[in-house]
Formats: sequence, structure tokens, C-alpha cells
Amino acid sequence: MQKIQLTWLRKNLFNSWYNSLLTILCLLLIIQFIRKFVWWTIAEAQWQVVQVNLPLFLVGRFPQTSYWRLWIVLGIITFLIVITWSVFITQKNLIKHKFINLLVPWLAPTWLLSCPLILWFMGGGLGLQSISTNLWNGLILTLLMAVISIVISFPLGILLALGRTSNLFIIRWFSILYIEIIRGLPLIGILFIAQVMLPLFLPTELRLDRLIRGIAGLVLFSTAYMAENVRGGLQSIPREQIEAAKALGLPTPLVIILVVLPQALRAVIPAIVGQFIGLLKDTSLLSLVGLVELTGMSRSILAQPQFIGRYAEVYIFVGLLYWVFCYSMSLASRRLEKQLIN
Amino acid sequence: MQEQTQIIVAENVHKWYGKFHVLKGVDLIVDRGEVVVLMGPSGSGKSTFIRTFNALEDYQEGSIRINGITLSNDLRNIELIRQEVGMVFQQFNLFPHLTILNNVTLAPIWVHKLSKIKAKELAMQLLERVGILEQANKYPGQLSGGQQQRVAIARALAMQPKIMLFDEPTSALDPEMVREVLDVMKNLAREGMTMVIVTHEVGFAREVADRVILMDSGSLVESATPELFFTAPKQERTRKFLSQIL
Repeated sequence: MQKIQLTWLRKNLFNSWYNSLLTILCLLLIIQFIRKFVWWTIAEAQWQVVQVNLPLFLVGRFPQTSYWRLWIVLGIITFLIVITWSVFITQKNLIKHKFINLLVPWLAPTWLLSCPLILWFMGGGLGLQSISTNLWNGLILTLLMAVISIVISFPLGILLALGRTSNLFIIRWFSILYIEIIRGLPLIGILFIAQVMLPLFLPTELRLDRLIRGIAGLVLFSTAYMAENVRGGLQSIPREQIEAAKALGLPTPLVIILVVLPQALRAVIPAIVGQFIGLLKDTSLLSLVGLVELTGMSRSILAQPQFIGRYAEVYIFVGLLYWVFCYSMSLASRRLEKQLIN
Repeated sequence: MQEQTQIIVAENVHKWYGKFHVLKGVDLIVDRGEVVVLMGPSGSGKSTFIRTFNALEDYQEGSIRINGITLSNDLRNIELIRQEVGMVFQQFNLFPHLTILNNVTLAPIWVHKLSKIKAKELAMQLLERVGILEQANKYPGQLSGGQQQRVAIARALAMQPKIMLFDEPTSALDPEMVREVLDVMKNLAREGMTMVIVTHEVGFAREVADRVILMDSGSLVESATPELFFTAPKQERTRKFLSQIL
């Protein structure tokens, strides 16, 4: 074993004098970098900025007395994920499990019901003390906006992709127009349009919350890319599959829902998850239009007089948070793909 | 009275692919319970012709009546006819994301609005009939070609069609699997199903068909009982075709 490693080293890193030199140089550079970084992390960095402001990073200015409501929300979400995953696994592998089989018909209604429930716990009203969306900041705002945008743009993207492949001229034409216009604009531009111009076009009585305008911008953008990803999947389905379904007497909408989409979406899971990860990170741009999500919160924390100049600590911490969530998404998607491959 | 016996009536069917004249005024009448085998060189239009019966291909001239319903462009009318006509394809075309059982129950549940339990009962019966009951919970990719084709037959039968169309059902199969599929088809013929079959299996045609038809470059050349067709063909074209395949 050791010998193999040694020959590998010699063959790949030390096979000539200049390669050996390069290897040693790079090694020195890397060691130097790591040494400095570790030294900085444990000795020089002043992590109080993170320690003191941890609640601000995570939940922003959400009133402390109402933290219990956030814990309940976290509990609901964990519960939903756990039961969905276990139902999925048992159904997929045709495992008979009395309790979980009992849950199956309740799954979709539970998800639907929990959405208003979560918003109620966060926003209050109806007996709970109401909390303005101005106070929803930091990580929860980032996650909330990402999840809502994903949930809305997913079905819209599918519809748009179907529209683009439709036989009806007007629908196809509209879909292509929408997709190509949005894809030609930078996200930050669309966010400004949603933030500044949307109120101009809507009647003055209808003042949309800043948060909703932010989500609208993300959805407008994400839907177009979603549509293109799904279209890739639609095109990968052989014509014979559609013919076989039609020959059974299934009407076209059912052919699409029961036969085409399940296969098409499966084929593009990696692309879709990639896009969702992108969307999660793109929420950081909303800090530029005045939403105090994770990145915006970092900027306002950096403005605190006692922590001026602590950029490195703050951004490393925030980067780590983004990374944890993005990486868990990509882990989950890999699991999902494995489950779906027969 | 005619409607009682004639289940497929195709009159003067013309089809063009752009400038290419695929079907040149084909006439065919099939009686209830009749088994018709269509033969012919590739590109002669046999597959295209039977695919017009359930509107998988359109045609520009002529008329087709299936079980008393005249085929038109109306979607509802097309769906109605497709429920009467089952089809089995060369490449099986099972749905790879569904189990064998769900492949068979899909259309009964969604089109005939059968309850899941009833649909499952029906599917199990059919799967037993084609000899694949044990595989019900597997996915199509886990089955051999012959098994997949038998599932495809069960899937079509689950809609309780009056007519079954077979588009070269054994052409994509390894030789040792051809027999198991043909056996299922023979049983079906014996039970009185109306069948139109595009195939090159001469032995099968001799044994099962009521009528064998030769099609060449978009027209029907000869139509006869199997004995006459294979032993004493009238047309020169038929003799030439038979000399190539026998």
C-alpha cells in the first residue's frame, strides 16, 4: 500500500526536476497559507463580533420574548421533513409499515396547512402579538425567501416549459418571449424593477410589502431558468412514451401529468437542485434593495461602532452558514437521485 | 346489421408525408373476432396504416370507422376510439417510472375511473393470464424483453378493448422470447379477440390468422386465407415477397 503511494508520488509529482520544484513550491505555499489561517483563526480573529451578534445573524430583530414561536416553526418544519422522507422511502421500496401507510393520504394536506400556520407563528395576528416583517431578518429571512421562491417558481417553471413546447401559437410565443427577456436581464436589475417599479404599476391602495416584492423579483427570475431546465427534461422523453399513453385512451393533460412529467423531472433533478442552490445564494442580492437578510444583517453588524473593520470574521461566519445550507441541499438531492434510480 | 359484424371499416385511406405518398387509397374491412395479419416489406406502410386506426397517425383522405364510431379530428371522439382499441408496440413502450402493476392499472384508474382495489384485481388477473404475476412489483427495466412485451399486452387488455393492434410485437425480441409472446397472442385469438397484426412470423400467421394481407408501397396487394396466401398466391408481387422470407 505504502509502496503504491510512493510510486504514485514519484510518477505524478516528482517525475522531473522542474515538476519536483513546482511541487515543493506549491507545498510551501499551501503550508504557509494554512499556518497563517489557523494562527489568525485562533489567535488574531476577534470572534466576539459573531458571539455577541449571534441572535442577530440567525433571527435578526425578532422580539426575544417571541423566540418560542420560531422554535415551534422549526419543530413543524423538522416534523414535515421527517415524515415526508419516511413516507417516500417506504413507498418507493414497497415496504409495508402500518403507521406510515396511514400517513400517506394526509401528507399533501399537512404540507398545505403548515404554510399558513408557519406564517401565522412568524407574523402573529389572530390572538398572537403581530410582528412586522421589518423585524424578520438574518438567516430566517434568507431561508424563508429562498423556500417561498422555490416553492412558487417550481410549478410556474413547469407550466412555462410546457407552454414553450405547446402547439398553441400564442402560448408558445408568450413563453418564449418571457423566458428570453428574463434570461437577458441581470438578477439585480429584476430585483430593482420588482422593488421600485412594481408599486408604480399597482393601484396605490395595494401597497405590497417589501418582502413580497423581493420574493416577486426572485420568482420572476427563477421561473425562466426553471422552465429551461424542465424543457431539457421534457425533450429527453421519447415520443413512443407519449404514443403508448395516448393509445391507452389517456387524454393529453393526463399523459403529461402521469407519464411525461414524472420522467422528465427525474431526469433534471441535478439541474433543478443546482438552480435552487443558486437561488438560495442569490437572496443575498436582496440586501442591496433594503432587505436585511443574512448578508444585509452582516453589513449592518459591521456598522456597529465596537466592531468596525471585523470584515473577515463576519464574512467567514456568514459564508459558513450559506455553505452548510447549500451543501445539505446537494446532499439531499444526491440521496433523492439514488432513491429514484431503479 | 352491418355494424354488428364489421368492426373496422377503412375506406380509401390516403396519407402523405410531405410529398411522399405513404398510403394510396387503402380499403380494409375487419369483422368482429377476425384475426388479420398484415405482411409486407419495410416501408410499405403497414405500421402507418394500423396506426391510423387509433389516430396515432392522421390521414388526409378517406374514412375510418371503428366499432361504429367514425374517426374525426374531435379529441373526445379520438379518446373514445382509443379506449376501444388496444395497441402493442415493437419496443413495448412500458412506462419505466412505474411498477409493472401500476403500468397496467394506470389507464383503468384514470380513464375508466376504476377504484384502486378493483383496478388491482383486474391487473392481477391479466398478469396471471400472461404469466407474469410474480413480477407485479418490479420495474420494467428489471424484466426481459419477452416479459415486458407480455406486460404491454396485459396493459392494453386492461382497458377491455374490442380490438387489439400489434405493430411488429416480436421484432425487437431475442429469438428465444418470441414464442412466449406469440403464445399469449394465440390465446387471445382463441378467445375471440379482433386482432390486426403486423408481423413477419409466418408460422404464427398460418396457425392463427383468418386472413393474411400483403401490403406494398402503400396499397394492399393480396388478401387471402393463410393456406391460399402461402401456398397458392395469385399475385406475382406476393410470390416474390414470399420467396424472400420463406
